[in-house]
Amino acid sequence: MSSRPFEAHNRIESGAAVIDLHGDIDAASDLGLNAAFEEASQTRLPVILLNFADVDYINSTGIALIVSLLAKARKAGQKLLTCSLNDHYTQIFQITRLADFMGVYPDEASALQGASARA
Amino acid sequence: MIMGIRDFWLGITRRAPAATRASLAPMEPTVARSTSTSALLDVDLAPDDPLVAHFQGAPGAVEVGKLHLESPALEQLRAKGVHLVVPLVAQGELVGLLNLGPRRSEQEFSADDRALLSNLASQAGPALRVAQLVRQQQAEASERERMAQELRVARIIQQTLLPKSVPALPGWQVAVHWQPARAVGGDFYDFLTLSDQRVGFFVGDVTDKGVPAAMVMATTRSILRAAAERELSPGKVLERANELLCPDIPQNMFVTCLYVILDPSTGGLEFANAGHNLPYRRGSDGLHELRATGMPLGLMPGMNYEQKEGFLERGETLLLYSDGLVEAHSPQREMFGVPRLEALMVDHTGGPGLIEHLLAELAGFTGQGWEQEDDVTLVALEREAAPSARSSPGGQPATGKPRAAGVELSQQGSTANPMATGAAAGGDSGGHSSSSAGSEKDEPRRLLGKFSLSSQTGNERQAMERVAELVQELGLPDDRFNRLKTAVAEATMNAIEHGNQNRPELLVEIEVLVSDRELAVRITDHGGGPVPSARAQPDLDAKLAGEQPPRGWGLFLIEKMVDEMRLAGDATHHTMELVLHR
Repeated sequence: MSSRPFEAHNRIESGAAVIDLHGDIDAASDLGLNAAFEEASQTRLPVILLNFADVDYINSTGIALIVSLLAKARKAGQKLLTCSLNDHYTQIFQITRLADFMGVYPDEASALQGASARA
Repeated sequence: MIMGIRDFWLGITRRAPAATRASLAPMEPTVARSTSTSALLDVDLAPDDPLVAHFQGAPGAVEVGKLHLESPALEQLRAKGVHLVVPLVAQGELVGLLNLGPRRSEQEFSADDRALLSNLASQAGPALRVAQLVRQQQAEASERERMAQELRVARIIQQTLLPKSVPALPGWQVAVHWQPARAVGGDFYDFLTLSDQRVGFFVGDVTDKGVPAAMVMATTRSILRAAAERELSPGKVLERANELLCPDIPQNMFVTCLYVILDPSTGGLEFANAGHNLPYRRGSDGLHELRATGMPLGLMPGMNYEQKEGFLERGETLLLYSDGLVEAHSPQREMFGVPRLEALMVDHTGGPGLIEHLLAELAGFTGQGWEQEDDVTLVALEREAAPSARSSPGGQPATGKPRAAGVELSQQGSTANPMATGAAAGGDSGGHSSSSAGSEKDEPRRLLGKFSLSSQTGNERQAMERVAELVQELGLPDDRFNRLKTAVAEATMNAIEHGNQNRPELLVEIEVLVSDRELAVRITDHGGGPVPSARAQPDLDAKLAGEQPPRGWGLFLIEKMVDEMRLAGDATHHTMELVLHR
């Protein structure tokens, strides 16, 4: 497993702004991740879903980026959810308590279902 | 004859008290204010006053009445009845003003008068400048002398803080050498006879040198003494000293310190180490480092200090030393280094004089005219081969009281002005890089592998992958494996960013060691700066509320990922040891 450059693709699914994340979430993903988030936020949709299905590595700088996105989403009155984190990073989201503040779902379908249930 | 001019010279040469209408207002280079004597006129001439530019550009005498400038100084000159001003200029700089009142004849100043004044000014300006420079140099010399005197006093005070003698212990030889790089230093040593008749030995090193280090050294020594008088366990003493020092020590300063308690009746040793150079035990079975881990004092509160035990057999020697010895450089910029120290200790055949032997080798290595780079402290503790073979020097009974001999307080270096050490050599092997040596009580560890990486963001991924390859043979469960990988990546990032300050030429060195009980990954940086002392637990609520920055998860994550995180270091290295119990 070697380092992979970060990419993000936005789409809208079942009334939620979904951001598909690819590659590593670290210092190098700062600009890309923030830009994708801004785009998602501007949809004014009530839910933004971060899809980690294609992410193998998140470091502490990446955690800090997600914390800042969470703060922005809360300010904008939007819910930030995550899906498809692997077991290890799910644990890290629990240890850091990010899981207490953003829904952590095993896959996209359950996240979107959870989002509509929440809404 | 112009009366004003005569009065001016009288004023300058005799300081005539008579009222005069001419005066000289010499100006200091930055503040144009004359001293107040009867011949001198007080004029506040600010550097940005337009009059300054006018005078600098106007050769010869200037009639005050004909000037039209928005100038506070000009107002003052008018108010004091000055009619004519002759600027005194040297090397393009206005150094004084020759101020003249009206002629007593009530005639206008003639062309001859002005020519004479200009002539006078052209000679007086440079002369005045020379006088000003001489005065300035005298003031600087006297300031330097005052500072040198203060440093001499500081050195005397610091020496009074060090023991005046070494402990006289029957059957033991104790020798000390302490030599600061400057008049005062940050190295220290201390001896303490404990209530149970054991003897405590401290050797410490404050970051930096000179006066700031000496001030921290004085505080640290008092704190350590107080802690050692309360506690009998070296680990607890360092723990307590660290707690007391943390709130008071200036940022970016810390203290490495080794504390050894010797039981002179048995040779038993207990020791703990706050990031100081590892001491050496030299015995018939070779040379051994006495290893105990712990962070330097003053970096972060709440530290624990590993405590170890050892033993000195008859004929064995223990050497405690500071990094000034091993980090000395030859004229070719080669470092004295730990391997050389080890070889010298092995070669020395025992008996008195280990310290002299090391100092002679150091002098030969550094050559004549060495500007000592750092403080050097050596404490040697030798258990005599046979208890009666040599009487205790001075023949004192076994009171454990210090005797008034045996301490070498070198007088060298008091005027040394060490040059800046320049760029540190990146790849030195340092006192803490692992060798096969270790306390004989340490559980044997097997080296699975070691490698180093340059300090570039992103290299933590490589560190993670290479450690993952090295530990593969151990068959860790997935969960433990992934946690170790995250901890290694975070610790490497920490070493790159904080320890090595993102300087690509500095290496992060990684060793993977395994024993029956544990797997350890040692990550060492060579940046020399303290590891971040801010260890506030990251609080997500506070971060979301903007009360804490979003960053600051690294150390927190590491601690959560592994079973133990051990920190150790000295003035030039920090090692983070990540441990998984097996």
